[in-house]
Amino acid sequence: MSAGFSTFINIGERTNVTGSARFKRLILEGDYEAALDVARQQVESGAQIIDINMDEAMLDSKQAMVTFLNLIASEPDISRVPIMIDSSKWDVIEAGLKCVQGKAIVNSISLKEGEEVFLAQAKKIKRYGAATVVMAFDEKGQADTQARKVEICQRSYKVLTEEIGFPPEDIIFDPNIFAVATGIEEHDNYAVDFIEATRVIRQTCPHSHISGGLSNISFSFRGNNPVREAMHSVFLYHAIRAGMDMAIVNAGQLEVYDEIPQALREAVEDVILNRRSDGTERLLDIAPQFQGDGKAAAKEDLSWREQSVNKRLEHALIKGITDYIIVDTEEARQQAERPLHVIEGPLMDGMNVVGDLFGEGKMFLPQVVKSARVMKKAVAHLQPYIEAEKSDDNKSNGKILLATVKGDVHDIGKNIVGVVLQCNNFEVIDMGVMVPAANILQKAKEENVDMIGLSGLITPSLDEMVHVAKEMERQGFDMPLLIGGATTSKAHTAVKIEQNYHAPVAYVPNASRAVGVCQKLLNKGSRDIYAKELAKEYDTVREQHARKKPRSKPVTLEKARENSCQVDFSTPPVTPAKLGVTPITADLATLREYIDWTPFFLTWSLAGKYPRILDDEVVGEEATSLFADANAMLDKIIADKSLQAKGVIGLFPANRLGDDIEIYADESRTTVKGVAHHLRQQTQKDKFANYCLADFIADKESGIADYVGAFAVTSGIGEDSLADTYIKAGDDYNGIMVKAVADRLAEAFAEYLHQQVRLKYWGYAPNETLNNDELIREKYQGIRPAPGYAACPEHTEKQLIWDLLAAQEHTGMKLTESYAMWPGASVSGWYFAHPESKYFAVAKIQADQVEDYAKRKNWTLEEAEKWLGPNLSD
Amino acid sequence: MKNVFDSNAQASLAGAAKERILVLDGAMGTMIQQHKLEEADYRGEQFANWHCDVQGNNDLLVLTQPDIIYQIHCDYLDAGADIIETNTFNATTIAMADYDMQATSRDINVAAAKLAKKAAAEYTAKTPDKPRFVAGVLGPTNRTASISPDVNDPGKRNVTFDELVEAYSESTEALIEGGADLIMLETIFDTLNAKAAAFAVEQTFEKVGVTLPVMVSGTITDASGRTLSGQTAEAFYYSMRHVNPFSFGLNCALGPDLLRQYVDEVAAIAECFISAHPNAGLPNEFGEYDMEGPEMATHIKEWAESGLVNIVGGCCGSTPDHIRDIAEAVADIKPREVPAFEPKMRLSGLEPFVH
Repeated sequence: MSAGFSTFINIGERTNVTGSARFKRLILEGDYEAALDVARQQVESGAQIIDINMDEAMLDSKQAMVTFLNLIASEPDISRVPIMIDSSKWDVIEAGLKCVQGKAIVNSISLKEGEEVFLAQAKKIKRYGAATVVMAFDEKGQADTQARKVEICQRSYKVLTEEIGFPPEDIIFDPNIFAVATGIEEHDNYAVDFIEATRVIRQTCPHSHISGGLSNISFSFRGNNPVREAMHSVFLYHAIRAGMDMAIVNAGQLEVYDEIPQALREAVEDVILNRRSDGTERLLDIAPQFQGDGKAAAKEDLSWREQSVNKRLEHALIKGITDYIIVDTEEARQQAERPLHVIEGPLMDGMNVVGDLFGEGKMFLPQVVKSARVMKKAVAHLQPYIEAEKSDDNKSNGKILLATVKGDVHDIGKNIVGVVLQCNNFEVIDMGVMVPAANILQKAKEENVDMIGLSGLITPSLDEMVHVAKEMERQGFDMPLLIGGATTSKAHTAVKIEQNYHAPVAYVPNASRAVGVCQKLLNKGSRDIYAKELAKEYDTVREQHARKKPRSKPVTLEKARENSCQVDFSTPPVTPAKLGVTPITADLATLREYIDWTPFFLTWSLAGKYPRILDDEVVGEEATSLFADANAMLDKIIADKSLQAKGVIGLFPANRLGDDIEIYADESRTTVKGVAHHLRQQTQKDKFANYCLADFIADKESGIADYVGAFAVTSGIGEDSLADTYIKAGDDYNGIMVKAVADRLAEAFAEYLHQQVRLKYWGYAPNETLNNDELIREKYQGIRPAPGYAACPEHTEKQLIWDLLAAQEHTGMKLTESYAMWPGASVSGWYFAHPESKYFAVAKIQADQVEDYAKRKNWTLEEAEKWLGPNLSD
Repeated sequence: MKNVFDSNAQASLAGAAKERILVLDGAMGTMIQQHKLEEADYRGEQFANWHCDVQGNNDLLVLTQPDIIYQIHCDYLDAGADIIETNTFNATTIAMADYDMQATSRDINVAAAKLAKKAAAEYTAKTPDKPRFVAGVLGPTNRTASISPDVNDPGKRNVTFDELVEAYSESTEALIEGGADLIMLETIFDTLNAKAAAFAVEQTFEKVGVTLPVMVSGTITDASGRTLSGQTAEAFYYSMRHVNPFSFGLNCALGPDLLRQYVDEVAAIAECFISAHPNAGLPNEFGEYDMEGPEMATHIKEWAESGLVNIVGGCCGSTPDHIRDIAEAVADIKPREVPAFEPKMRLSGLEPFVH
């Protein structure tokens, strides 16, 4: 195939719309998949670089170049070789350079438009990290004679190397190959001109290279491939000896010089080397003898097609070849008893090989992704047959929800698992990436799935998975949970996840294992046995883990208490103006003024601070229209009173007792109405205290009369039925809008109420004058931490607030068994008035505090661990 | 080296690199983690009311907890680091978008460089015979210009070359303004991102009229011996060679044991200094790194004795203790001599192609 010189480079020419009618048709029709096969075939048949050209009047050449190069990047069989970006338009070249990670070659630039443009482009090419072809073309035109070719190339070389320091080894001259044997006498010496110019350029421009488009030379013999191939071989034979070291050729179709029939070779040689004036006529005379008589064109290696159908499927999966997958799948289907068996048998076997090779580092990510695509194609072909069978057979194996957890964008592994499961007749609901726990669980309920699979690649995802497992437990789920993804492990699953969820939790090390695990877990007969096996396995892993000591710096509860926050009580606390419980309703029109809109936009995934977001370059328009819709909704709600806001506050005498706060019935401080239990930060602090909310209340021993407040508000009375009305009418948008607006109103109510408390009901800051923006930025004195959030993370404390305030009686708000508030648009919390009180996060606590807390709450240790789960240390 | 050594710092850096093996610092994230910072700590006063959570935004700490970052720099300098890295791994506008803090990117880069420079200057004054340098870090961002985020749409991209160039240009300019002595492209897993970074760096040098030495360090993700975007180490070097880097090397993902063969591979082909800063082993199931300093130093010492390296340090999981051990281990060993190579066209796809 090659001209016999190992240092000669074949550049594939078939991916060129100007040179290949087939490729042009594929690109114009948008059949990029077949176009990729053209590229792949070139590499397989020996192209060491592939030339890509999209210069076609009917095409958006720039877009076609970008699309094709991006697709090639996902095809490792193709992208393993360097790319030659070929265009006569600089903007197409530059767009192409922005898509290749390898060091590419630009084809081409020239002095055609003068030195300034030439050097500016060359400098850019250097900055993009590419080599370049320089055409023998200058301000006067394209070089045809030897002298012109040499002159232009030498001049180009000089300015490139001397003026912008372009590396000479990255310069490839194309001294123009023109057609010979055209019948025009001036053309007869073109090949000789090229060959001789090549010799001089290589001698005078050190380290540079010579290339050219080979097919031009034989242009006049279009239709007679054997003669054309002979001309190419002969031309190369001589040009290579003169120093040509690269050429754009059809790598699969090049005759070996020595194997050209002697008569033809001599006639061709006469023409190429311009040895006799009648050379063209003589070649024309003998050419018909060779028409169609040449050797069969070299083909891609198709020997794998001769193997058994199973082996062929495996080969196609490993190599990511889609060409024959439908034919092969169909053949396998006809041989199989049931279409599903093709998936379970040869296709899964092939995917297992892929999985193994990937695991051993013999395949890498893009290849695996390609394999998945082949698999999808095969499955798509089988799908109708499987469906047809289903009607009289069983339904799907089960419904599985897959999601990459919140905070993580990696989904390749998850997608592969999805494909593999679908292939095995599981119905897969893929929620994509960055999915919050709440959405996962909501969807799981909505779709009534049989199992949830979580994936993640980054370390923080581990915690999020623990969170999902805990939420599943809290919300009373009973379905199995699958854990997978690069950072997950059996140890982590055993130690951190499995214990938080009573139903089976299975760690799935790779996609090929997923099917087996799912089948075992969904089959009623095997589920319990498998669950027991898993539980036993995890026990062993936990035991092993327990022997290892984790790295972290917790402090004992005693030490943490020694480092408590010492707030200053030298100014006595202000006695609330109105002690006891006060129900408060508020007019929605008033609350509207207190809305913090920024989180509203976040709810709709528009990030940015209000009001700036309305003018944001990217999301401004959408934000503005959303804002208008929200206000329209507010107008309606206020006018027809379809939502109502109700709230209640209570201000009580209180004193601190350790980490608890005793709340008294009256100023005599003798009857304890309730005890609020708080948690203390328990990690080592160097510059800060180990905070606990109780620190902000004066100690019982001190004799200082202090106070604490509580509140519960909702603006969601009526929200569910209103939202339902919209959703039933098919208006999901406004269904969500109702809840989003109600949420904001509830927060606004809390803000409004807190202000009323500071000014009036407690009155510790009667002269405060803050506008809404300052309120949102919490510029005021005191805090209102909410149970379930960072400073007081334990949810059951809400019950105390409900009891103290008789909240349900006054507002209709309820607590669910997991202490979620109903309606959804509700807020509750504590009031602390001390000027030094601040928000903090309790974070991880230790066993001693869990025990202490259990005692204080009169709980078993088990109960304490359950409710403090998110804050438990390893 | 085609870089213009136009300041004393750069001249003494080049001089020092020829004389001895230079020591780079270790992990920043690992050290920050030890402080167990919480949301409020990350926010500080300046961002107390920021509209979304910022915990985990380590780069923000140069503004909100500068003392902590400064102390970590000092700890590494004290351990013997010649070059410290600015705390700007995720400080590009692209990575900062996670926290909606694109607009803060510039401030973070300037502040980070100033903070590192302050620490380095202090130690240079203490030990004038061992001058200290600041490498302004450009991280990989959290997006990939040559890998599709969607398996069903392989041609899709979630970031463009031009977007990367814009982000990296802003960071580079800010790092230079803050006083960085070098620019370091680090933890490169997609070469196209790095090419955009290099493009931005050169463009910025031209714009501000300052040329700093550039360090290029890629990441071999696993046993395949390739970057995440699929290139072999050699192919990756050819993709970045046009930058005329001060040093080329590898960091992250692997411990020294597994990284060695790839350091060996690039040491054989690179026409510049070789750097390597591996992780402290592979992470265990909990994402923690177990390899202690002496073990890590033993590996790196062997690399030095084999003439593979010019600059060594640590990545994830390494601490000042690791760096102290490494610095001591390589103190008396001669650095790798940069070999001369025949000029050849060195192209690459996923694999190298030399002609």
